[in-house]
Amino acid sequence: MTAPTSPILDAHVPDGPIWAKWDKHRFDTNLVNPANRRKYDIIVIGTGLAGAGAAAALGELGYNVKAFTYNDSARRAHSIAAQGGINAAKNYPNDNDSIFRLFYDTVKGGDYRSREANVYRLAQVSNAIIDQTVAQGAPYAREYGGLLDNRSFGGAQVARTFYARGQTGQQLLLASYQALARQVGLGRVQVFTRTEMLDVVTKDGRAAGVVVRDLVTGEISSHSAHAVVLATGGYSNVYFLSTNAMNCNATAAWRAYRKGALFANPCFTQIHPTCIPVSDEFQSKLTLMSESLRNDGRIWVPANPDDPRPPNEIPGADRDYYLERQYPTFGNLVPRDVASRAAMRMIEENRGIGPLKNGVYLDFADAIDRLGRETIEERYGNLFEMYQRITDEDPYTVPMRIYPAPHYTMGGLWVDYNLQTTVPGLFAAGEANFSDHGANRLGASALMQGVADGYFVLPATISHYLSDWLNVDPVPTDDPVFVEAEAAVTAKIRRLLDIGGTRSVDHFHRRLGHIMIDYCGMSRSKEGLEKALDEIAALTEEFWRDLKVLGDNESMNQSLERAGRVADFLELADLMVRDALDREESCGGHFRVEHQTEDGEALRDDEHFAFVSAWEWEGEGVAPIRRKEPLTFENVELTQRSYK
Amino acid sequence: MDVRLRVWRQPKGDVTGEFIDYEANDVSPEASFFEMLDQVNEALNHAGEDPIAFDSDCREGICGACGLMINGSPHGPQQGTATCQVHMRKFTDGQLITIEPWRAAAFPVIKDLVVDRSIFDEIIESGGFISANIGSAPDANAVPVPHTAAESAMDAAACIGCGACVAACPNSAANLFTAAKITHLNLLPQGQPERYLRTVAMVETMEEYFGSCTNFGECETACPKNISIDVIAWMNRDFVAAQWKNLLKAGQA
Ligand SMILES: Cc1cc2nc3c(=O)[nH]c(=O)nc-3n(C[C@H](O)[C@H](O)[C@H](O)COP(=O)(O)OP(=O)(O)OC[C@H]3O[C@@H](n4cnc5c(N)ncnc54)[C@H](O)[C@@H]3O)c2cc1C
Repeated sequence: MTAPTSPILDAHVPDGPIWAKWDKHRFDTNLVNPANRRKYDIIVIGTGLAGAGAAAALGELGYNVKAFTYNDSARRAHSIAAQGGINAAKNYPNDNDSIFRLFYDTVKGGDYRSREANVYRLAQVSNAIIDQTVAQGAPYAREYGGLLDNRSFGGAQVARTFYARGQTGQQLLLASYQALARQVGLGRVQVFTRTEMLDVVTKDGRAAGVVVRDLVTGEISSHSAHAVVLATGGYSNVYFLSTNAMNCNATAAWRAYRKGALFANPCFTQIHPTCIPVSDEFQSKLTLMSESLRNDGRIWVPANPDDPRPPNEIPGADRDYYLERQYPTFGNLVPRDVASRAAMRMIEENRGIGPLKNGVYLDFADAIDRLGRETIEERYGNLFEMYQRITDEDPYTVPMRIYPAPHYTMGGLWVDYNLQTTVPGLFAAGEANFSDHGANRLGASALMQGVADGYFVLPATISHYLSDWLNVDPVPTDDPVFVEAEAAVTAKIRRLLDIGGTRSVDHFHRRLGHIMIDYCGMSRSKEGLEKALDEIAALTEEFWRDLKVLGDNESMNQSLERAGRVADFLELADLMVRDALDREESCGGHFRVEHQTEDGEALRDDEHFAFVSAWEWEGEGVAPIRRKEPLTFENVELTQRSYK
Repeated sequence: MDVRLRVWRQPKGDVTGEFIDYEANDVSPEASFFEMLDQVNEALNHAGEDPIAFDSDCREGICGACGLMINGSPHGPQQGTATCQVHMRKFTDGQLITIEPWRAAAFPVIKDLVVDRSIFDEIIESGGFISANIGSAPDANAVPVPHTAAESAMDAAACIGCGACVAACPNSAANLFTAAKITHLNLLPQGQPERYLRTVAMVETMEEYFGSCTNFGECETACPKNISIDVIAWMNRDFVAAQWKNLLKAGQA
């Protein structure tokens, strides 16, 4: 299937050598004078690293900011759950790291499907992130001399990852949340908790504001502003089971898409190799075991799939350390996409382990022999504890069982160099945009991007847009555009409540998850994807006929909240599958079985697919249009990744 | 396994609530506590009864959204574990499990098991931060932080803001929560310039809404992150020192 196409997209990347672009751009950007900033209203949706950071930074600059989150506190955004760490090009360990190396590793790790200029800027501001968060009190791990400690992560040969035990996301988010709280105390930012954005409102083609629902009272209301920032996270929950928090959803980004913002690379999703396998049919989410474990753990399955012995009694000769066998150079430390596909093949060949035969072993016995239990405890203690709590097995004595799970979405709203979507005045930051990770994200770089976007990039670029609207009031919320948007939101809620069918929201969400993981997960084929399109359409039809949501709109109604989100996931799933069909190559997390090397590795097609696919909504029931942003590589040479 | 549930149901904040009994049958011992409740809700939805409302997001024990009083213990039977990480294998077949929301005047019930903890945000807004404007920070290694100071700050900073400490306290005091943040920031060199201002502002805000601490220590036992009650001693020390500084400034000591 080839989608119809239309004009090429301009990312507004500044001219000049890559290292000078950001400086030049900031110089060329129109400013808003400090005394004028209070004349501007800005809406930020989301209070994760990207959103809380943006709201705090914009508040500090003097703008009037309103921030929204569906959580009961800004501090609970999903960023809180990040474990392993955050990258920066500080080169504190003196191991030859540099801005250019961080840039290079990120472009290569993304399998050459990201925009060079954005990635370079990310590497450039990475150091300021560490400086800033230390000043805000983030208690990073330190050496005995009092200086910062670093660890290494997948896809890099240097130690550039800063961390706060296994709780780096928590400590970074708390730093941003506290900066935000300070602005709230000072009256510069207003935070609306338990409030969900349900639509973006545009007037004359530019962003005018949003429609939100109060999750406690059900009240639907509008807020207008000069600019709107979406920092609403990723959409891994389209798979139902993922490592994301239960409430993560795509509604904000999807509503923006339906209002004219392009959606980029929707099929680029990351399946993380080390998660705890599913244990029963009521499973509600999957838990990540940090990538750092692969530094010391060895992955294997029994050579004989029917071996009846417990794992510790199976001798080395009867085990298949398949990663070490297939990838002798990188062994257990191959990148996430490669490790995930290898595990998947084991299960497909019926070589899985555990009660449901749905996992592979991650074994620390050798490491404990070599380093002693104490060292392993120091390195991974909190992860081992979490594993034991969930599985009731002791990973010090019995190998961990792991399996890949949906974890991160590289796709998202298309943004230009300014983080502006194709709707003027509508910006997207953090995991919600598509910008920096290409077809595969390296570990410890999502936190980096979230903070970079919120603290440093957006506050610098948004002024250019705002400067045109000095002394122009935002569109009043009684303008017909708001009245109509509110009516549409109310009508959709009514429609969901009135179906009166027999099946719960979760029932549909689970079934959608199965379709997506089977056909648009770790490996994808033309045949499977075409089947998925039909199945999604049938499921969508059934959803709108047989859904059962009890209660009303006028009070807290968690089933209703979920119903709206699943309705949007169904539409997004369709777009993901179209994108996966359209991209006739394999790259990073997108593995099309038709496009692989002789030994089963992803085969890119740079000649035909070195571009960003940006999809444009054409209306209900009409196929979307795929537009292109060509990717040019002037600073990094395209090579075939090999980990053999 | 089968369990019997006695669950607090309250349709809205301003309506009186009551306990209602339910049965949860064929629950997998591998299921988490919330997966058991998901299963009950699925059955309620099927039967045309309003599902039980509760807060839960990350289901990894880190976001702090969840918090149920299970058989009278905040977060249930497992020490150092948030509700979402409690698994059904910790209960016995046929057991009666009573489930309530946090009970504290400062945490009004919104619906069923969902409470409003926004006062915690207010405490942080009053001083739980370091005023370091974005862009103005020195190099991250410019100020060394002793390893042990960083570790102790991290121990305190591990608080997830769930409110179990308040729910456990016979006085509904929020001292553990407030002291954890004060200790985190006051132990670090970066937190020194605002140390006393922060302490006084946060303690005063806390006292406006919550009861007084009389050293029962229930909070420490209830804390899913094992935050030590020592942080309260740190807070009290800095609070007293702050008063002393005020006296000095006013020429009264
Ligand atoms: C288990 C786990 C571990 C991870 N570990 C690491 C790691 O070690 N290193 C790393 O770099 N990355 C890691 N990541 C990835 C990283 O945590 C995320 O990509 C990043 O935190 C996303 O931040 P964000 O600000 O974009 O979005 P989020 O933190 O997801 O925040 C989204 C915000 O938007 C709000 N929101 C969304 N929709 C709406 C709406 N419609 N209305 C109102 N509010 C809305 C939410 O309430 C929330 O406040 C991990 C991810 C997971 C799942």
